[in-house]
Amino acid sequence: MQLYLPIAEVSVNLFLLLGLGLIVGILSGMFGVGGGFLLTPLLIFIGIPPAVAVATQAPQITGLSFSGALAHLRRRTVDIKMGLVLLAGGLLGSLVGVRIFKLLSELGQVELLVSLCYVVFLGVIGGLMFIESVNTLRKSRKPGHVPVRKRHVWVHRLPIKMRFRTSHLYISAIPPFAIGFVVGILSAIMGVGGGFIMVPAMIYLIGMPTAVVVGTSLFQIMFVTAFTTILHATQNYTVDTLLALLLLLGGVIGAQIGAIIAVKLKAEQLRIALAGMVLAVCLKLAFDLVVTPADLYSLTGQM
Amino acid sequence: MRGWLIALMFLAALGVARAEEVVAGLSQNQVSITAFFDGSEIFVFGAVKREAPPPPGAGPLQVLVSIVGPVGPVTVRRKERVAGIWVNTDEVVVDRAPYFYANASTVPLREMLSHTDQMRHRIGLQWLVGLRGTPEDIANPFDFRDSVVRLRSNQGLYRQLPGTVRLLEDTLFDVSVPLPANLVEGDYTARVFLTRDRRVVDSFETNITVRRGGLEDWIYRLAHDHPLIYGVLSVALALGLGWAAAAVFRYVRS
Repeated sequence: MQLYLPIAEVSVNLFLLLGLGLIVGILSGMFGVGGGFLLTPLLIFIGIPPAVAVATQAPQITGLSFSGALAHLRRRTVDIKMGLVLLAGGLLGSLVGVRIFKLLSELGQVELLVSLCYVVFLGVIGGLMFIESVNTLRKSRKPGHVPVRKRHVWVHRLPIKMRFRTSHLYISAIPPFAIGFVVGILSAIMGVGGGFIMVPAMIYLIGMPTAVVVGTSLFQIMFVTAFTTILHATQNYTVDTLLALLLLLGGVIGAQIGAIIAVKLKAEQLRIALAGMVLAVCLKLAFDLVVTPADLYSLTGQM
Repeated sequence: MRGWLIALMFLAALGVARAEEVVAGLSQNQVSITAFFDGSEIFVFGAVKREAPPPPGAGPLQVLVSIVGPVGPVTVRRKERVAGIWVNTDEVVVDRAPYFYANASTVPLREMLSHTDQMRHRIGLQWLVGLRGTPEDIANPFDFRDSVVRLRSNQGLYRQLPGTVRLLEDTLFDVSVPLPANLVEGDYTARVFLTRDRRVVDSFETNITVRRGGLEDWIYRLAHDHPLIYGVLSVALALGLGWAAAAVFRYVRS
């Protein structure tokens, strides 16, 4: 059944959209990532204009992370103070990101920007994750080895120290603010929540306890993407609410199924699988940038 | 002597034009793009009104039905390989190009219309897609114009449909012109031409209005006229759905 999307101005199969939402939802539930990094390229692939695909992800992620954040708030696994510092950086980053996005859309370079960002970030994150998980897998074979986490890194020597009780940390507010800022930019440009960058950064750079990392990042993502939605809606007119709600519907159901599957799998295997998937998306996008396109010309503006 | 001849020819031409007239109608003058819009079709039908039989020796009667969509400028970008990757470099604005253009006819266009008449009546893409000024710093600017024709043809937006118009007894004709699912809102024109001996005998023109309908229209207007309200509403709906999902699954699990 074809459905005409009012903002994207294309007709897309309704079940294809629900199915995409569901599959990405399952993956996000399994791996504990938002899945935006998979959904944006997939939406572009099925013919949604890139600008609409990126902007529409924002409300979709808002809904998805709200759903997850609620559960974490109930379990008190959210460091709200840390979340607010991350959020302050995120809002500023989103503002900057949407401006960059608008500027490059006018120059006709937005597709390139989105692709390049994806290739760079997915390549780096996927590669690091892959190496990390292969190493842990190798170490876990040797009995008696306990992984040690470094707690004092250079970032802890910065000024403006704050006490974060939930995370048991007394550190400078600059690193979380900066991380939030970077994630905010990426959320606006790439149509992602940014969990895949924020979570490792919170663990390795800030040294937060793993228990509160996911909840806190969902808390931040929810607000930043809500803000990004409003910015994209008012500046680029590219948010397709109908599309977002359909993807969200498939996504929330999928996330629950994914969470059930995840319990039955080993954490190391999950991480390798996720790393493999991230790298696959990265390679596909890199390939498309390098290979000669089917048509060198493209049209913009419906009229 | 020569002047007389021209005047006589002119009168004769006028006489022919009057001798056969087209009367046509459309199945719909209003197309509404609603949520489940999956393309549509316009049925064009009509008859040839004659006061006298066609002159002996005149060629066969042909019918052309042409539907043309909203005309406006299009920005065309060309990719070039820069440092190994493909990047949009040159940009040309093609001043006027219709979004949709379909020519349905009894026989191929060049067999039923002379070059002059195609130009006079603006029939054919060479007259409809135009580049007014050609930028000097860009190599082969006309390739940009051609790419509009090529890309829109590939998307099914520019269509030549020879042999689709059914003509009965040189009097009654009909054709069903398909409208694609990727139609846009705007004012379209439907034209019907009768031709004989590669010249236009008579023509008829009417408008078709394509508008978004129902919910689609409401969403589009809200997004463009009140973007802030639209943005806030989008967030609220997303949060509502997220909350509902969390509540449902908590209930299911307990």
